[in-house]
Amino acid sequence: MNAAPVQRDVHAELKGVTRIYSAVPGAGAKLPVPALGPIDLDLVRGEFFAVVGPSGCGKSTFLEVLAGLQKPSAGSVSFEGKPVSGQVPEGIGVVFQEDASFPWLTVWDNVAFGLRRNGVAAPEMRRRVEDALAFMGLKDFARAFPSQLSGGMRQRVCIARTLVLQPRLILLDEPFGALDAQTRLLMGDEVLRLWRRTGATVLLITHALDEAAMLADRIGAMSARPGRFIEVIATGWPRERDSTIVGAAAFGEITGRLWERLRGESLKALGHSDVAALAAE
Amino acid sequence: MTRVGLIRLVVIAALIGALELACRTGLIDHRIIIAPSEMASALWTLLASGSLDADIARTLGLIGLVTALSIVLGFAAGVAIHALPRLREALDPFFATYYAVPVFIFYPVLIAIFGLTLMPIVLIGVSTAIVAMIIATLNGLDRVPRVLGKVARVHRLGRIATALQLQLPAAAPYLFTGIKLAVSYGFIAVIAAEFILSPAGLGRDIADAYADFNNRRMYALILFLLVVATLVNAVLHSLDMRFAARRSGGRA
Ligand SMILES: Nc1ncnc2c1ncn2[C@@H]1O[C@H](COP(=O)(O)OP(=O)(O)OP(=O)(O)O)[C@@H](O)[C@H]1O
Ligand SMILES: [Mg+2]
Repeated sequence: MNAAPVQRDVHAELKGVTRIYSAVPGAGAKLPVPALGPIDLDLVRGEFFAVVGPSGCGKSTFLEVLAGLQKPSAGSVSFEGKPVSGQVPEGIGVVFQEDASFPWLTVWDNVAFGLRRNGVAAPEMRRRVEDALAFMGLKDFARAFPSQLSGGMRQRVCIARTLVLQPRLILLDEPFGALDAQTRLLMGDEVLRLWRRTGATVLLITHALDEAAMLADRIGAMSARPGRFIEVIATGWPRERDSTIVGAAAFGEITGRLWERLRGESLKALGHSDVAALAAE
Repeated sequence: MTRVGLIRLVVIAALIGALELACRTGLIDHRIIIAPSEMASALWTLLASGSLDADIARTLGLIGLVTALSIVLGFAAGVAIHALPRLREALDPFFATYYAVPVFIFYPVLIAIFGLTLMPIVLIGVSTAIVAMIIATLNGLDRVPRVLGKVARVHRLGRIATALQLQLPAAAPYLFTGIKLAVSYGFIAVIAAEFILSPAGLGRDIADAYADFNNRRMYALILFLLVVATLVNAVLHSLDMRFAARRSGGRA
């Protein structure tokens, strides 16, 4: 812990951030839902940060507040030194938990969407789209429609659509949540490649401890709702790494440590009242 | 052609052939139904004479007008109602039961108000067709995945760009269903209204031919409307298939 990089260049910063969903009239919940925080976190420029936590603990809420998609109920968020409020700043790319590919566009046009919006010239656009497609292994599917692809490939389309805009901060919300464990490991390698090549700061939300342990420089373990970081673990992996590190001894230590911290929280999330007894085994 | 398509064609041809045979052998009295070949030749003569042109133009024009109004106004109303959840909640029971009410009973009232003009037909037509378009629009907007709204904001799209570039295409399949229904309802309502009471039009022509025991003319007109309705539906269907082929399949 606290193995601070030599120059701690803060890329994004959350200070005392909370998010409370107001009660929806008639929709079950009668009381406001405290979903997040308080959160204090600095993301260091160029780092790979993973967030793990039990389901429903506020991970997506955290990502949306950080991205400027939701306003925090308290506290402040800043990106590259400027406050984030009510708008997604230029330079942030988001891949969502749900499939967000556009079914009416081909894979190629899906990926080109943002560039078209920004009025990028045709040759430049073609170059960047083709590059992103090749990078995500979608070259042969450029003319396919999302409905012709598997769920994992559709998520790759969404990643390519984000990557092509060259964001400096990439937020990924359980992009491989629906995939089987083996495919997830391989997709993890792709995210690592993406991170290395773009030099962007990457924040990955996942519910898989091994995924977090394998990919990240630092892992934030989140408590049950309202989500807070109960521990931030530095992994100390070299920048050049891939899924083969799951065999390393340190990998087991890290996942073990994460599980130790999260077991009780996961039980809470499941609704066990006698958490203390269960967590103590 | 697919096997199923071929079977379908054979069935239709067999039915027409059977009818033809039954009429020719006198099994069916020609005062009740005339042979399909006679219908076709009567229609050909009628069309060639040019005497139908005005009525065709009037009726198809009315159908076009009713359909276009229903689609445009229905879409606009759908968008507005979707934006006002309270209003929508209030209106929902009406939409749910609308087609259980025969709007046609108001036709005499409209004639009493507007006289034998085009107005009662247009109003009956639009009130029949528009609700299908409103319901389809609401349904389509409901099905736009919420995540698209977030994608729009990440791309910093404005309201109008979001509507045109993301919401509209996402809702398009449902809107198209509404368009198909509006065309069908428009067709039915206009012909039926003309049939009941109207100074002119194909519906009126059929009613007149019936009253005059003019079977050749009546069946020729019926055949004409059948052919037109089938053609319009075939065009809409093939458009639908072209959209569906790329978007459906593997996706809920
Ligand atoms: N718009 C909303 N209104 C009210 N409550 C909400 C809303 N969105 C989320 N919540 C609640 O806030 C809590 C956190 O939700 P969030 O989606 O951030 O969790 P998560 O950790 O991403 O969950 P998952 O693991 O299922 O993706 C949940 O209990 C959820 O029910
Ligand atoms: Mg989530």
